[in-house]
Amino acid sequence: MLSLLVSFPLVVALGLLAVPRLPDPTARWVWVVSEAVVVLAVAGLWAAYDPDTSGLAFEEQVPWIPGIGSSYHLGVDGLSLPLLALTAVIFAAGAVYALREQQRPRVHAALFLFLQTTCLGLFVAQDLIVFFVFFDLSIVAMYFAIAGWGHGDAARSALKFFLYTFLGSLVLLLGFIGLYVAADPHTFDMVELSAATPLADRPVAGGLVLTAILVGLAVKTPTVPFHTWLPPAHTDASAVGSAVLAAVLLKMGTYGFVRIAMPMLPEAWRAFAWAIIAVGVVSVVYGALVALAQTDVKRMIAYTSVNHMGYVVVAVGAAGLVAADDPQARAVAVSGAITQMVSHGLITGALFLLAGVLYDRAGSYDLASFGGLAAPAPQLATAFALGAFASLGLPGFSGFIAEFQVFTGSIAVAPITAVALVGILVTAALFLNAFQRLFTGPTQGHSTGFTDLRRSELWSVGPLLALTIAIGLLPRPLLEVVEPAARTVVELVGR
Amino acid sequence: MGSELQPAAMLPEIFLLFGALVALIGGSFLPRRKQWGSRLVAVAALLGAGVAAVVALAGPARTVFDATYAVDTATGVARLIVVVATLLVVLLAVDELAGDPRESETYVLLLLSALGAVVMAGASDLMLLITGYLLASIPLYGLVGLGRTAAAAEAAMKTYLLGALLGIGLMTGVVVLYGVAGSTSYADLARSLPGAPTAAVIFGVVAVFGGLMFKAGGVPGHFWVPDAAEGASSTAAAFLTTVPKVGALVAAFRLVSVLPASIDWTLLVGALATLSMTLGNLAAYAQDDPRRLLGWSTVSQVGYLLVPVAVVGASDLALPSLLVYLAGYAVTNVGAFAVVAALPERRSLASYRGLAGARPWLAVALVVCLLGLVGTPPTAVFVGKLTTVTAAWDGGAAWLAVVVVVNSVASLFYYLRWVAPAFRPGDPAESAAAVPRPWAMRAAVVAGAGSLGVGLAAGVLWGVVSGSLVT
Repeated sequence: MLSLLVSFPLVVALGLLAVPRLPDPTARWVWVVSEAVVVLAVAGLWAAYDPDTSGLAFEEQVPWIPGIGSSYHLGVDGLSLPLLALTAVIFAAGAVYALREQQRPRVHAALFLFLQTTCLGLFVAQDLIVFFVFFDLSIVAMYFAIAGWGHGDAARSALKFFLYTFLGSLVLLLGFIGLYVAADPHTFDMVELSAATPLADRPVAGGLVLTAILVGLAVKTPTVPFHTWLPPAHTDASAVGSAVLAAVLLKMGTYGFVRIAMPMLPEAWRAFAWAIIAVGVVSVVYGALVALAQTDVKRMIAYTSVNHMGYVVVAVGAAGLVAADDPQARAVAVSGAITQMVSHGLITGALFLLAGVLYDRAGSYDLASFGGLAAPAPQLATAFALGAFASLGLPGFSGFIAEFQVFTGSIAVAPITAVALVGILVTAALFLNAFQRLFTGPTQGHSTGFTDLRRSELWSVGPLLALTIAIGLLPRPLLEVVEPAARTVVELVGR
Repeated sequence: MGSELQPAAMLPEIFLLFGALVALIGGSFLPRRKQWGSRLVAVAALLGAGVAAVVALAGPARTVFDATYAVDTATGVARLIVVVATLLVVLLAVDELAGDPRESETYVLLLLSALGAVVMAGASDLMLLITGYLLASIPLYGLVGLGRTAAAAEAAMKTYLLGALLGIGLMTGVVVLYGVAGSTSYADLARSLPGAPTAAVIFGVVAVFGGLMFKAGGVPGHFWVPDAAEGASSTAAAFLTTVPKVGALVAAFRLVSVLPASIDWTLLVGALATLSMTLGNLAAYAQDDPRRLLGWSTVSQVGYLLVPVAVVGASDLALPSLLVYLAGYAVTNVGAFAVVAALPERRSLASYRGLAGARPWLAVALVVCLLGLVGTPPTAVFVGKLTTVTAAWDGGAAWLAVVVVVNSVASLFYYLRWVAPAFRPGDPAESAAAVPRPWAMRAAVVAGAGSLGVGLAAGVLWGVVSGSLVT
């Protein structure tokens, strides 16, 4: 079942590549229809999933390289299911948005379908090597997406992205190998490693391995100071590329924290908790402040990603503060972190697609070159306003549910994390500022003669924003899946 | 049981030798336009050797010919790798060699040098190692020089001088080891070297290693590699950067496995490995000719391949990881050279511009092979690199694992310098005019697919390579 889900986009991609004479419109629609299939499949998975199961659902395991204890092991739980759903939704939105893609739409669709396979595979992988395979392949696919369909200085940004995240992935691999060597019997199986916590009684080795894993994941997340690849990659990527990069690929880093680092190295995680919180708080505040200073819409949104991922890092760090002896608060923090991953994916995905609309019409992301856009483009203004309010954490949107949990949980165990609240203030300021400069005042600059959202744009951004509001108003269906998983993670860290 | 002569155990080697002889004699009677007959002979000999190697691999591990030759997993897998790699080289050579006045001779030299590589891999006696070395080297000088251009002549000269020098070093080392151990057989060396004077053992081993590094193309015997890769024909370049390494590295592994544990070989071999990968990578940065770039890249690959040799005996993963890496490397490297051979006029990285639009299959093969050489999953080299790094850490050399990782990241940069233009839109008229050579293109696609297939089927391969050495 899971293998089918993971391989389906890849099969479609190969099919698209195999038919070079396929007319462009057909290729675009093949992609949209395949995404609809994936969304339905994930919805079915969600319906069939019972949140009270302990352990993994829909598990599959086939030996791969038995000599080094690696198997093709897939499974789903409350941590992976929300991200699986996010992946399906974001790629579907991307496919609809790309109905207007003019540049080699067939290869474009194939590349993104391949990328989707790597993302889905990563979130269901239960073996470190399988995880790493998908992790690395996602980088390769994203490199080609930026270099092939980006604009501006795309080649350079793509190269920087590749080198930087590839370095991160290899450091991560070193950490994995450390876990393998320490485990007895040697294995790369995530479930077995989580049960065994191989380095629990060796603080120095455990610290080194966790450092490798944390650095690898921090590059991907990204947190300060490993974030410098992110702004150029986002600025020069296409709208769909940016949306997927921010919404799905960044989650691979934070997902790694809760899936790999916390359950497998609980001892070291607790020892590092304060350092992780510190990095998180710095990311929150620094990301927000730098975003405030941007004049380029896309760079601004990119830096708010650093800020939003910072909340996740703060929350998972707080979950390691066992001394506070408040497991409930820590579970709330982790639940907030997972909700934030989904929420940030939806909101930032929508915002990047909207930024793509600006570039499509005007060829510019410069805040100053627009003004009074609300008059010619009321739909765009509404969508951007919804996205901005959601992003700054206004109640009624998913961002509020996520950040409220993050702060409730974190401040309860570590009051100092309240410093990160500054981030919310600054984000509010920067989004209001951006909104004003783009949409209010007299219509001027590129805004003159601006075409409002087209159907494909509306139908890609609209569902993302609708989901944001749905989660904001009715969070239960999501939280019912997330909360048991968060409790399990907290239990594992507290061992 | 090692005392009898058992020619049947050497069937793959016999196939290679007779193939070479038939091609040599037959080739002198064939008219120039019908020299494809020699190609058939070469392919038949290689296929025969391959089948015999598979049969032998299924049989028991043993030593033959008075314990001078080991027929075990390592030899069996090395035979297979050499055969498959040489077959791929013959495939990519079809366009270049068809109708060439030296066609038959090239096949003869390829078969003989392949035979030398196999003998080196199986040698369980220093005297036989010397034989293998000479058998693998002398045809190679000819192969490099067959190009008959000024660059090829210079490369042949350089290869010959370095080979002769380090070959003499190898023989000196053998003499010294014989002097302190009283025997050249590996079984005796394992018994008597622990009691021998340390300085003499180190000198002898280092001298032998110098020769092996010449064949492998690693530091300090690497100087000929980039020149030969650039100056020789595509056929020779693909062959000499792939097949001799298989023999040399398995030979190095065998040698280190019988050395006394009292000396820190991990440090010595690890230092050579570090130097090879770092120097190869740094030198590859500045290259603009894809052949030269690949030449330096193979130097760095020797560094990675030496990592399992550094942890012989310390990790159970050492031998299987070396064999898996060799298999993956051979297929992937020949694939990369096949792309070059398919487009012989493109002698700069920038000239690959527009390749993806004009020749998508070739471009995909190029990406798979180059990213494969970096160690991107799920290619074969990834499995090799993963297991060698694991073996290094497992064998107590975590620092070597870190060195491999740092170098892998560094190598990505120059491979991408080649990949990036290939995927940029180029001048359509120019791209359409350059028609790639069909057989080389087929070889590239086959090798690319093989690289992916071996990686995905790594579990099966692992079952084959898991075995131990016999001495």
